Amino acid sequence: MSIHSEANLDAELHAHGDTHGHGSYRSYTIGFILSVILTAVPFWLVMAHPIANAGVTAAFVIVFAALQILVHTVCFLHVNSEAEGGWTLMAYMFTAILLIITIAGSLWIMYHLNSNMMPSVPAQAANSL
Amino acid sequence: MRAFVQRWRGPEAMATVTEQTLPDPTFHLVEAHSHEHGAGGGTLLGFWIYLMSDALLFAAVFASFGVLSSAYAGGPTPREIFELPLVALNTAILLVSSITFGFAMLAMEPGKVRSTQAWLLVTALLGASFVAVELYEFGSLIAEGATPQRSGFLSGFFTLVGLHGLHVTAGIVWIFVMLAQIGQRGLIVANKRRLMCLGMFWHFLDVVWIGVFTFVYLLGVLR
Amino acid sequence: MDQSLSKIIFGRLSWESIPLHEPILLGTFIVVALGGIAVLAAVTKFKLWGYLWREWLTSVDHKKIGIMYLILGIIMLVRGFADAVMMRAQQAIAFGANQGYLPPHHYDQVFTAHGTIMIFFVAIPLVVGLVNLVMPLQIGARDVAFPFLNSLSLWLTVAGAVLVMISLFIGEFSTAGWLNYVPVANLQNSPGTGPDYYLWALQIAGVGTTLSAINMVTTIIKMRAPGMTMMKMPVFTWTALCSNVLAIAIFPALTGAFALLMLDRYVGTNFFTNDLGGNPMMYWNLVWIWGHPEVYVLVLPAFGIYSEITSTFTGKRLFGYSSMVYATVVITILSYIVWLHHFFTMGSGASVNSFFGIATMVISIPTGAKIFNWLFTMYRGSIRFELPMMWVVAFMLTFTVGGMTGVLLAVPPADFVLHNSLFLVAHFHNVIIGGVVFAMFAGMTYWFPKAFGFKLDEFWGKVAFWGWVIGYWVAWTPIYIVGLMGTTRRVSHFNDPTLQPWFVVAAIGALIIGVGIIGFVIQVAVSIKNREKLRDTTGDPWDGRTLEWSTSSPPPFYNFAFTPVVSDLDAWYDMKDRGYQKPSGGFRPIHMPHNTGAGVIISAIAMVMGFAMIWYIWWLAALSFVSLIAAIIIHTFNYNRDYYVPADEVEQVENARVRPAVAGA
Repeated sequence: MSIHSEANLDAELHAHGDTHGHGSYRSYTIGFILSVILTAVPFWLVMAHPIANAGVTAAFVIVFAALQILVHTVCFLHVNSEAEGGWTLMAYMFTAILLIITIAGSLWIMYHLNSNMMPSVPAQAANSL
Repeated sequence: MRAFVQRWRGPEAMATVTEQTLPDPTFHLVEAHSHEHGAGGGTLLGFWIYLMSDALLFAAVFASFGVLSSAYAGGPTPREIFELPLVALNTAILLVSSITFGFAMLAMEPGKVRSTQAWLLVTALLGASFVAVELYEFGSLIAEGATPQRSGFLSGFFTLVGLHGLHVTAGIVWIFVMLAQIGQRGLIVANKRRLMCLGMFWHFLDVVWIGVFTFVYLLGVLR
Repeated sequence: MDQSLSKIIFGRLSWESIPLHEPILLGTFIVVALGGIAVLAAVTKFKLWGYLWREWLTSVDHKKIGIMYLILGIIMLVRGFADAVMMRAQQAIAFGANQGYLPPHHYDQVFTAHGTIMIFFVAIPLVVGLVNLVMPLQIGARDVAFPFLNSLSLWLTVAGAVLVMISLFIGEFSTAGWLNYVPVANLQNSPGTGPDYYLWALQIAGVGTTLSAINMVTTIIKMRAPGMTMMKMPVFTWTALCSNVLAIAIFPALTGAFALLMLDRYVGTNFFTNDLGGNPMMYWNLVWIWGHPEVYVLVLPAFGIYSEITSTFTGKRLFGYSSMVYATVVITILSYIVWLHHFFTMGSGASVNSFFGIATMVISIPTGAKIFNWLFTMYRGSIRFELPMMWVVAFMLTFTVGGMTGVLLAVPPADFVLHNSLFLVAHFHNVIIGGVVFAMFAGMTYWFPKAFGFKLDEFWGKVAFWGWVIGYWVAWTPIYIVGLMGTTRRVSHFNDPTLQPWFVVAAIGALIIGVGIIGFVIQVAVSIKNREKLRDTTGDPWDGRTLEWSTSSPPPFYNFAFTPVVSDLDAWYDMKDRGYQKPSGGFRPIHMPHNTGAGVIISAIAMVMGFAMIWYIWWLAALSFVSLIAAIIIHTFNYNRDYYVPADEVEQVENARVRPAVAGA
């Protein structure tokens, strides 16, 4: 296959909105630096105990995780409103909602099940106080 | 209505025998239209949708781990068995592998075959060391008696972390298959498309790992 | 042979695994074996192996794959129906001193197999088959986005079905209900092969269903004809989109639940066990996250079929197209937050139960909107009561009752009384038979001429129709009644003789449904015999409105010689209205995929792996796992996947299809 026709096909590939999956040197570097920070801080929070309250630490750790997932999504997975006519973004958001429903719903249901049906679980003890 | 259908296929159908009816551009796409089927357009979106369904598989396993996360059954608790330095090392390895894969993609775009292959190989080696560290962790846990059979919590832990590790292993195999295919045919369009899918897969596993180290390890130790 | 050597080679498989002592199974086996040998002999005698392999087994043509899905669904329907008749017969006679003819262990396998087969290997293949057959034609595409994946999905589903059928004659099937519930399916309670057959069959078929759904969604998003915006898509395509989006979203939960149960059974983990921290209810939670939306995966395309037929046979544009689309999308989303209503009685308490109860009631609103849309479409239309339309009317009458009993069950206090009663069983048969099964018959009657080039016989179609409709009501009304009186499901023997008359009536109803099934088979046979009389030469036998009717019947393998351009919702009606002429010249080469046997081979290896795992034949499992990975990798080295059909060939095919029309005119 000649270089020319190869380039043509490549151009067509792009013309059909298939630039999804590419990134620039800049986006990868920014993404990498941000993720290093967003990974290092929660590990430090948990390993060095700068905050005495475990609940507050946990909240920070979860916020950092959410931020880092966003960074990876934008900088590495290149999800944006233009790729594939917005379908990737829509699929991503739909999945995120279902993911939260699955996990939060299961935890909610099972927590209530345990507190109602298994009185030995600590949650019940807390309720009865 | 019936008469109308009759009108449509009666006289016109006769006409086809005598003279050719050329496609009418108001009803038909007349120019060559070779890209409408999957060879080009759909692959990346289709693969993305697959990843979304994989994310929901992880959601189911995360949910099971979450529900069983305090079911120690008198066995070891996270604080007793998790070694955060090891997890930090593994996280670092996976993070670096993510940017090396990014460099492979950047080398792929202008068609630099050698450079692409080199970065892919580096990524695969990083992935392999990630899996090796994970296996070491599993091995030492099992040696301590913290086996997957010991408690609901440990079943959930081994399965969730192991499922991610299995995905990384599949990714490594895929990288080697791609290395062979690039060696065979160079960076043709089909191979570029496959590399893009592989890239999405690899970065997706990174995102899953963020969930694993946060919810399993960090929050586990905080518990 | 040495005992331990036999264990290494055959795992736990031995002569005792074959149920020679069960006369019912032995008789069934002999009938199936003779039938199978007859078919194989016929194929060999008429030298059809090459034809079957080249034209069907290796085909990546979405129409042929769709037809094969439908054939699978109908064959499995007969199997599932046989189970149903066995249950009805048992329950009609097993009162007081009479224990019936099925021992409890066998009865448990029968109801488990019935439910599993009817949902996974009848309803899903029929729905997927019709979507495969029709949707690409409706959007003006030449194939699906991933033709090979489509073939792989089909054969993985077949592999799962074959494993279920094998369980009939080698070993046993699960006794734990159609979702293989724990704790019954835990290793300590079911140490046999039953749950393993279930798990492997459904995991393999489930991968097929997921891949197929990804394929269909990508096809609808990427391959619509120019001009067909989202709000100009035919309703069936819209419902196929939502149904497949939902399938992609839910099947992972099922795969996950099954995988964790497999780990429990094979590795000894404690996910769903009763000790060491396991939680059996988590299994229910996960399978119903799949289970409830699955109902909508099946019924949404059914709604799409009813919409297409109502619009065509009333000669009117569908009333409230956009409300229909929004209702479909709303149902898709709502269906994901109602799953707990399947286990209100588990004990999650008032807050959880009220949330899921209310969500369940809300979902009936968009569904009700759809019923009114169909009614308003029919209102003041010139309705042609042909077979497909008869199914639509039967559906509306039957399904509404099922929907209302569903809302009743959505009220948690009422559910506490009716949970696991036969009232519930009657409810879901009401919606699935009245909603999905009627739609499948409506759809198959409607699109049969498109698929094969001739209509189905009217008389035998009516026999099938009345058999199903009357049979449904005779079989299930008594079950509603005994259920309301408190009879529980999955029972093989009753003590209260006053219930017997109801069960006798139900058994008679099942036989009337049998008339419907036999009527359908005869209908197909008679139609094939009289195909010349029933021939459709126009490609548009019903005066249709969507693009599948714009090409010839059956369509050429490339579907459309020229990709149609769409400018209206009822695209084909609009084209006819503007004096459309079929082009007979100016053909161009068409880009098409090559056939491949990879799907059959990969699925066959997956099936062998499943069988080996079920019977603990570890060497074979390892070998087939390695071969499976190798086969997939080898397939990726095949870059020669498509070709161009030369313009001359397109012209030949097109001319061959125009001539009969001329002769007919």
